[in-house]
Amino acid sequence: MLFNASRLAIAAAILCTSTLAASAQNYSPENPECIAPANPGGGWDFTCRQVGKSLQDQGLLDSTMQVVNLAGGGGGVAFAEVVNKRGDDNDLIVAASSATATRLAQGAYPGNTMDQVRWLASIGADYGVIAVAADSEIADLPQLLEIIKTDPTAISLAGGSGVGGWDHLKVLIAAREFGVQDVRTVKYIAFDGGGEAVTQLLAGSVQAFTGDLSEARGFVESGDIRVIAVLAPERLGGEFAEMPTAREQGIDAIGANWRGFYAPGGMSDAAYDAWVAKIADLYASDAWKEVMEANGLAPLDLQGAAFEEFVSSSVNQIQQISREIGIIK
Amino acid sequence: METFANLADGFAIALTWQNLLLALLGCFLGTVMGALPGLGPSNGVAILIPLAFTLGLGATPSLILLTSVYYGAMYGGRISSILLNIPGDEPAMMTCLDGYPMAQKGMAGQALSLSGIASFVGAFFATWGLIFLAPQLVKIALLFGPAEYFALFALAFMTLGGVSSTNQAKSAFAAALGLGLATVGVDTQTGVPRFTFGEVHLYDGLDFLVAIVGLFALSEVFIFLENRHGNSDAKKSKLVIGRLTTPLSMLKTCTPTMLRTSVLGFLAGVLPGAGASLGSFISYSMEKRLVDKEGTFGTGDPRGVAAPEAGNNAAAGGALVPMLALGVPGSGTTAVLLAVLLSLNITPGPLLFANNPDVVWGLIAALFIANLMLLAMNIPMVSLFTRLLLIPPRILMPIVAMVSFVGIYGISGSSFDLLVMIGFGVMGWVLRKLDVPLVPIILGTLLGNAMENNLRRAITIDNGNWFTLIDSPLAIGLWVVAIIGFVLPLIFGRKVRAGMHQRRDEESSITD
Repeated sequence: MLFNASRLAIAAAILCTSTLAASAQNYSPENPECIAPANPGGGWDFTCRQVGKSLQDQGLLDSTMQVVNLAGGGGGVAFAEVVNKRGDDNDLIVAASSATATRLAQGAYPGNTMDQVRWLASIGADYGVIAVAADSEIADLPQLLEIIKTDPTAISLAGGSGVGGWDHLKVLIAAREFGVQDVRTVKYIAFDGGGEAVTQLLAGSVQAFTGDLSEARGFVESGDIRVIAVLAPERLGGEFAEMPTAREQGIDAIGANWRGFYAPGGMSDAAYDAWVAKIADLYASDAWKEVMEANGLAPLDLQGAAFEEFVSSSVNQIQQISREIGIIK
Repeated sequence: METFANLADGFAIALTWQNLLLALLGCFLGTVMGALPGLGPSNGVAILIPLAFTLGLGATPSLILLTSVYYGAMYGGRISSILLNIPGDEPAMMTCLDGYPMAQKGMAGQALSLSGIASFVGAFFATWGLIFLAPQLVKIALLFGPAEYFALFALAFMTLGGVSSTNQAKSAFAAALGLGLATVGVDTQTGVPRFTFGEVHLYDGLDFLVAIVGLFALSEVFIFLENRHGNSDAKKSKLVIGRLTTPLSMLKTCTPTMLRTSVLGFLAGVLPGAGASLGSFISYSMEKRLVDKEGTFGTGDPRGVAAPEAGNNAAAGGALVPMLALGVPGSGTTAVLLAVLLSLNITPGPLLFANNPDVVWGLIAALFIANLMLLAMNIPMVSLFTRLLLIPPRILMPIVAMVSFVGIYGISGSSFDLLVMIGFGVMGWVLRKLDVPLVPIILGTLLGNAMENNLRRAITIDNGNWFTLIDSPLAIGLWVVAIIGFVLPLIFGRKVRAGMHQRRDEESSITD
């Protein structure tokens, strides 16, 4: 669903960037700054720091990108700060992900909408997985969902985001596709981060895990857990090729936790184009491919208008599901 | 043994001039950051990440720099606890309880060097624990489901009674207040904001760093302002610094304490989500239960300084176990270190020890080096630190206020947090007037969320069945310890308390 649109978008993006690249090199940020809307250590912090480091290594930025951690409100504090106080800052970019889109869709940033900022580009995506312990009797995704369908109390699903967060929504998308009538009965247990959720799966407290591939991969390699479905449009490459997709098991559910950036709404076109071009150049580099591989990021190559379009469509989709499960009215 | 061969390889990697210099730099910066109220280990490490990247350091040197900062901050936190009664970071909170009274008695130098040694002992044993037990310890972490975590947190609160006040009711009130404050923010189990009044800054709840700096540092400043007309300087000027080294007899009495609390703190650190604060807290309250026959804890007992310091430094080492072996950060700081590892293309997890032995053993060797360096650095620096006490309050207090404001603003970059901090400062001032202890409030805010979430997780997993809380031998064991810890003092407490009151009258000493 999400990716039917994005395939087109990727094609559009390639067209866009090739025309952009020529005009954009005039602007160069003097004091590049990246706001990570969370405390050090999380995904947003990683996005800022890794991209800042890589941009400098590649010579795309002359000076070091300063990373500012502005935690609070699940990114809402940073969003409000950018909208209200830094609206025309040309040197500023802000890390974002599916979580940002989810919260915007659910109105969890009071008074803020996605139109108030300019969406720059994505730097990759982390596909959702549903996993069980290695010795679990559950063999595949339809079997898991069948148990949930007949007796929702029998399966506890653990995930790293709060109720209504992306880890929760992903599994609900799958359950809805399978034909679970009232997805609200699916028992989801929220933990503080995917690592803790996987640990509880190993400890046997819960029966299944929903999260991102990067959170699960260490445990997959060690043979502790078994991925029963990747929520990707087709099988992933390399070491992940053995994991079955949900789609090939007859459940058309796709969930990608994308990572990317937005910029202040009042950023000048020249600066916007320059940032988009810089991130596009970075994305195209071999060094970035290595970073993506090391961190379990799958390709998601969207820049400028195409990215804006993509975020907008995912906000709409999330709004629709959230309404169905009663998180928003 | 293979382990020793690995360790020798680790030292071979770590022992270069560049790495030693980095360790020295990291230790120094860490100590300073730990000592400044507000700046704790996690911010300290986060601030230095760009430095590691800009210097273009490889994996092992970066880790050496950052873990030195981590250990350094755990050492440094105690300094302001002892000298100013203001914890430098949250695990150092418990050190205030006996450290500050010791300083008031003119034993600041002894308290500082004793706590330095205790920190060393805790960190030293924790590092050995990390070497030999990491793979096995992971199994302990896996024994803890939501029900067991809830029992563990309940144990922390049930042994709270005697910690910092002779009045149990006031302790209970303070803990309840802290638990109440912890409910502010978006509830992760339902996604509903609670007590946020539509204010987006409150969605993530109250930051306990803000609470600590407000409650301890700012209220200290307010009390100073209030007493300025009287002669508060007179009280301070009586302070003598006393000898700077720890007498051997004191070390001797504290050795069993340090050993016990090292083990306890290490175990608390191994559990993801419990971390160093719980380590130092449980170490202190258990030690008090165990050896405090005369009720001297809280009035400047050296064992009361050694216990939390050994405990929190051991927990700092313990927290590295789940980070390395599971990829699950056990504390805020290990979350930052985890991010660094990831950005260095190293994936922590069950296979780290097999896939990247050079990194793991280099890191472990770095921990030993940092620890030794910190001990060597901290003992001679005691005389420098104690000079802080000679600064008259009228100069010191404005500096404390300034550091508090700059520190909190520097971390969060939000003026809203400054207002919250001032709110906590006023609250701390009122509560001190009422002789309500402040430590349980912080514990409540710190642990309240985790405790509530785990209770609700446990109940949801078992479809509303409350008996799930006592469904495993481990949970039952924890509850038994908790109940014994709660009930015993009620029976034997009267005698002890009578003794305590007597002493308090004699010395009219301070509760924090």
